Amino acid sequence: MAYALCFLLFMIGLYCAVVKKNMVKIAIGLAIMEYAVNLFLIMLGYRAGGIAPIIDKSYLDSAAGQVTTNFINTSVDPLPQALVLTSIVIGLGSLALMISVCIRIYQKYGTFDITEIRRLRG
Amino acid sequence: MSVPLPAFIAIPLVTAFLLPIFGNKGKSFATALANLAVISLLVLAICCIGRYDVYEVGKWSIPLGINLVLDGLSSLLLLAISVISTAAMLFSIRYMERYTAKAKFFSLFLLMVAGMNGLVLSGDIFNMFVFLEIASLASYALVGFGCEHEELEASFKYMVLGSIGSIFVLFGIALVYGNTGTLNMAYISKAIQDSGLNAGLAFALALFVTGFSLKAALVPFHAWLPDAHPSAPAPISAMLSGILIKTLGIYALMRVIFNVFGISISLGWLLVVLGLLSMVSGAFLAIGQWDFKRLLAYSSISQAGYCVLGIGLGGLIIARAGSNITTTELAWASLAFLGGLFHLVNHAVYKALLFLTSGSVEMATGTRQMKQMGGLAERMPVTRTTCTVASAAIVGIPPFSGFWSKLILVWAAIQAHYIWVAAIIVFVSLCTLIMYLKVQRYVFLGELPENLQEIKENRFSMLVPMVALACLCLLMGLLVLVPDLKQSILDPAVKVLTDGLAYSSSIIQK
Repeated sequence: MAYALCFLLFMIGLYCAVVKKNMVKIAIGLAIMEYAVNLFLIMLGYRAGGIAPIIDKSYLDSAAGQVTTNFINTSVDPLPQALVLTSIVIGLGSLALMISVCIRIYQKYGTFDITEIRRLRG
Repeated sequence: MSVPLPAFIAIPLVTAFLLPIFGNKGKSFATALANLAVISLLVLAICCIGRYDVYEVGKWSIPLGINLVLDGLSSLLLLAISVISTAAMLFSIRYMERYTAKAKFFSLFLLMVAGMNGLVLSGDIFNMFVFLEIASLASYALVGFGCEHEELEASFKYMVLGSIGSIFVLFGIALVYGNTGTLNMAYISKAIQDSGLNAGLAFALALFVTGFSLKAALVPFHAWLPDAHPSAPAPISAMLSGILIKTLGIYALMRVIFNVFGISISLGWLLVVLGLLSMVSGAFLAIGQWDFKRLLAYSSISQAGYCVLGIGLGGLIIARAGSNITTTELAWASLAFLGGLFHLVNHAVYKALLFLTSGSVEMATGTRQMKQMGGLAERMPVTRTTCTVASAAIVGIPPFSGFWSKLILVWAAIQAHYIWVAAIIVFVSLCTLIMYLKVQRYVFLGELPENLQEIKENRFSMLVPMVALACLCLLMGLLVLVPDLKQSILDPAVKVLTDGLAYSSSIIQK
């Protein structure tokens, strides 16, 4: 269910980016797509009632020299969180660049409407 | 001497962040530093020919850590990237004088090179995405570097479609991670071989194909390319058309399809159809163009189609034969791969050269419209000669490089019993001939317009990279004709594709 909603969010973003005529709305659509994918990544690592994946002494099985099975079965997967952090930073960079190009285009053309910004054809 | 693989990423990245410090006062120093960086990358890439190396970042062993893999395909692409970036960098020393913020231009240029080098070396699919984004973001900014009306518009269009492509790739990576629990390409491949392709992975594959095709501008995903490539400054057009669409699009597609997911008959057909569509529609659209650079951009779509066609054809032959493949079939598949990859490097060289000549013409005449030019042959003899050499190469006239790769592709198509494919290849070559005759006729021959009586050939520093690339166009045929060169440069790359899924076992053993 949660995955389906996440996919719905992705499709809303795609619809917005493809159909809308306003440049800022297109940028917002792309941001929504980006967030839907980030949400999906986070949900992959989610575990209801899970613990933080930080090993303290109580989780260490000193006899076997490794973490206890209890830790493995209850901790959440930390990797998607690292991936999402990276992808948020990348998303920030691309959004900043996109908005700055929008501002420059507004200075040149005086409009955000892509149907009126059509010097390139063919 | 073993080459430290992270140097390919570290050198351009560190230089890119150093350059803006100098600002406009230290412009000549920044230029020298940037050129030094790309030339050192070229030397390193030449040292890497024929090597196989796996580097574990921070000594964390895979699958826990990140690895960089240098195999035949990577070293071929590294070599192409460094040759083209060196030529474009030398050209831009003089060409970029008319723009402000030269140091920032070099900084973005090197970021793009770092992204591409990282992408071809990465053995980890999420890092591949990160480097893909570094190269893409730098290229979005470079397309809009002039900050004029058309450039900003093209940059925005490119950015929207490029971002959609990147997000598709990221979504695909998330699905792959959810289904296999690993991000290392070798381990993903192993997991897929063990458990087969389920619905989630098939959807991920579809997302990868769409995302990378958007980056490679294959028809029907090509809408951004004819706007973006002509709007960029000429050396950047040379980089984008010459190598960026191939690294970000075609290389990534090859790596994911052949080495991670494994080729199947339907995927092979998909690549062949994408290739044919790009070839034919790119060529038809190019013939009607009157803007010099726009014509070249459409021709890039057509030529990228050749590479994808060759690779798809080889994959199709392998997939059709299945597990009990005979040596002759394998030989024909290798021939098709060889044609595709050889065409890829050839196209990188001559399309970069064509864009540099278009930049040289634009700088002298101040226009890109072919109707306003004419008779430049006398005034700009070097530009004319190099442009003719590149045109001859792209059309496929015998001693030049393009002839050999097209010959190999036609031969492979006939051997695979797809005579109609061979016929289309020859037909598209004829269309290419028409468009480049048009370039010669309207730009270099005919009457010199009155307002262009005073023009002169450009400075020496712009001509050096053009002449060097023209020599390469003439000599590249040796890469397949001399057995030693073929064995050390092209054959390892072909082997990566024919081995396919053996990629994973060769890395996991290490």
